[in-house]
Amino acid sequence: MPIKTEQFYLNVGPQHPSTHGVFRLRLSLDGEVVTDVEPIIGYLHRGIEKLAESRTYTQIIPLTDRLDYLASMTDNVAYCLAVEKLAGIKVPERAEHIRVIFSELMRISSHMMAVGFYLNDCGAFFTPVLYMWREREKIIDLFDMVCGQRLLYNYMRVGGVSQDIPDEFIPAVKKFVAEMPQYIGEYNQLIKQNEIFLARSKGVGILPKETAINIGASGPVLRASGVKWDIRKMDPYSIYDRFDFEVPTGDAGDCYDRYWVRIQEMTQSLRIIEQAINQMPAKGPICSDVPQFFRPPPGETYGYIEAPKGNLGFYIVSDGSIAPYRLHIYPPTLINITALKDMMIGWKVADLIIIFGSMDVVLGEIDR
Amino acid sequence: MTVAVNAEETGQKIAEAIPGSVVSSDKGSLTVDSKALAQVSVFLKNTPGLEFDYLTVLTAVDYLDYFEVIYRLVSLRNNQSLILKTRVFGRDNPTVPSVTDTWRAAYYQEREIFDLLGIKFEGHPDLRRLLLWEGFNGHPLRRDYL
Amino acid sequence: MEIIRPEVSTPQEADLAEGKLINSFLENCTSQYPDPDKWLDEEIRRNVLLTTVDAAVAWARQRSIFPLIFGTACCAFEMIAASGPRFDLSRFGMDIIRFSPRQADVMLITGTITWKMATAARMIYDQMPEPKWVIAVGACAISGGTFRESYSVVPGINRIMPVDVYVPGCPPRPEAMIHGINRLQAKIVKGTIDNPNLALK
Repeated sequence: MPIKTEQFYLNVGPQHPSTHGVFRLRLSLDGEVVTDVEPIIGYLHRGIEKLAESRTYTQIIPLTDRLDYLASMTDNVAYCLAVEKLAGIKVPERAEHIRVIFSELMRISSHMMAVGFYLNDCGAFFTPVLYMWREREKIIDLFDMVCGQRLLYNYMRVGGVSQDIPDEFIPAVKKFVAEMPQYIGEYNQLIKQNEIFLARSKGVGILPKETAINIGASGPVLRASGVKWDIRKMDPYSIYDRFDFEVPTGDAGDCYDRYWVRIQEMTQSLRIIEQAINQMPAKGPICSDVPQFFRPPPGETYGYIEAPKGNLGFYIVSDGSIAPYRLHIYPPTLINITALKDMMIGWKVADLIIIFGSMDVVLGEIDR
Repeated sequence: MTVAVNAEETGQKIAEAIPGSVVSSDKGSLTVDSKALAQVSVFLKNTPGLEFDYLTVLTAVDYLDYFEVIYRLVSLRNNQSLILKTRVFGRDNPTVPSVTDTWRAAYYQEREIFDLLGIKFEGHPDLRRLLLWEGFNGHPLRRDYL
Repeated sequence: MEIIRPEVSTPQEADLAEGKLINSFLENCTSQYPDPDKWLDEEIRRNVLLTTVDAAVAWARQRSIFPLIFGTACCAFEMIAASGPRFDLSRFGMDIIRFSPRQADVMLITGTITWKMATAARMIYDQMPEPKWVIAVGACAISGGTFRESYSVVPGINRIMPVDVYVPGCPPRPEAMIHGINRLQAKIVKGTIDNPNLALK
């Protein structure tokens, strides 16, 4: 007897435990199989670009913290780099090394969150998150020691950093770097060969190489599809050309590859931190002399870094006054989710959550 | 090291292939006439030696006489970059051709520029508001809003 | 306040209906809901004595609150840290953190609320069964925070629903959130069986 089927719309609403924030998906389903996907965003749009036009250059730094709130040091670094490029300010050596150490610590913390919540979506309910939270609390203690804040730091300034690191910081970082590889080994041992995890993520949500380049993906999503493009190697900013590290890539472009690229990047970050500690000058200025109401020359510039989520950039147009004329923020995660349609159509509803979790989005950055 | 390609030479190459399209070029960027934008984008993507297949930023600025739309293109194979600009005059109904067919990275960024600045992109498959809700009055990022 | 569900047949119509609803919120929610504490002194003066049953029920209610984390932005991560192993929240009874409003007592608003999200927040508040309480965590939920002058941010969640406890900070430390929850427990213990909220009458 023939069965009559009908297409219906399902709303995976803004308040949902597995959407990693206020993200809404409108799905058209044919039974359990997805036929069309439409992401709807804007539930956290705070108008940061418009607010920035009425604040001085230093007052914008706390606003940039709230973009990718899981990796706020790297947001600060990207903005300060863009302003320094515009005005031609040179950052002292000690400050550059401090910036590198904090950026790489932030990368480890952000990847741990990404992998932990991705495994949470796969079904290992909260155990990986809490294991990784244990290490993240150690990193947060290091940040607390330096700037007093746990989540949104406001530590970088135009021309350097705002405070010098205390004496007990370097031994604590050395201790952390020495014991971290054993923990990464522990995570691998617990989850990497698990049958359910492999069945749910290998071969699921494949992003082919040509599509990844066409949609402008960046970060681990691009590298897992086979393109070896990391701004720290291809277009080095700050002092990254002095360090020796590798860029891990994947070949299939599925969810498992994106997970594995992030785990390997954590190991490479530990290498960079060790080298930065050894090369850091013992004493020196930490911020170059920049006036309080700072007026850069008129012009425009684009400053960009390799943030944990991808290629974060700031486009600043200045007309010579104390506030920028236009500030535009280029969010890597918004561009990465352009590919959701390609990756999700034809799969079942249960796979959608896995695919979305492997893209590692933060809504503060998408909506700005 | 991603080297910015010489904008004047590239401007000459484009002007030979598509006459009348290049307006001006200085050391950082290349300004193109907005009507020829679709042809220029296909030319930049397919010509061997240029091969700009990766679009990064697409943004727009409101200078009160005109809007300027800015594209930053990168060639992954040759490790080069280029900034392309185009201007559109008039505040009532500014329109620019869309480059979504050439680089799909423009899909969400063009929708966002339409939402916040009011510039329409012809040829975009789905031009609607992205960050604000349907029924919001005005375009907030314009200099004369509020 | 009832949310009227419109009859729509295509996604485009659903978007337009949502836009109209948001615009109506923007026009109508211009004044703040009064804090329930303002009515507390009157109630205590009029009440004779709490009976033993009332005291027992109030004690049980304060020690077994089921929270609903309405996490939009950065403060949500400090809330998750508060329920982690270091600043353990389940020793205060708030063990079951579920995302469904139908099984929750307390709604923890953490993060910036925009006008687009305000309709969803109100819908979830209406779905919670009585007695219910609301804690506003973070500067953005209390008054709009850093983004107060923006065109799309609600200047404080008390434009949309009445709030019982405010926890300031940007983001507040997990210890501050636990202090806020203790203040809420102190408030719940003053309620009776008939009138647990001391506010909604």
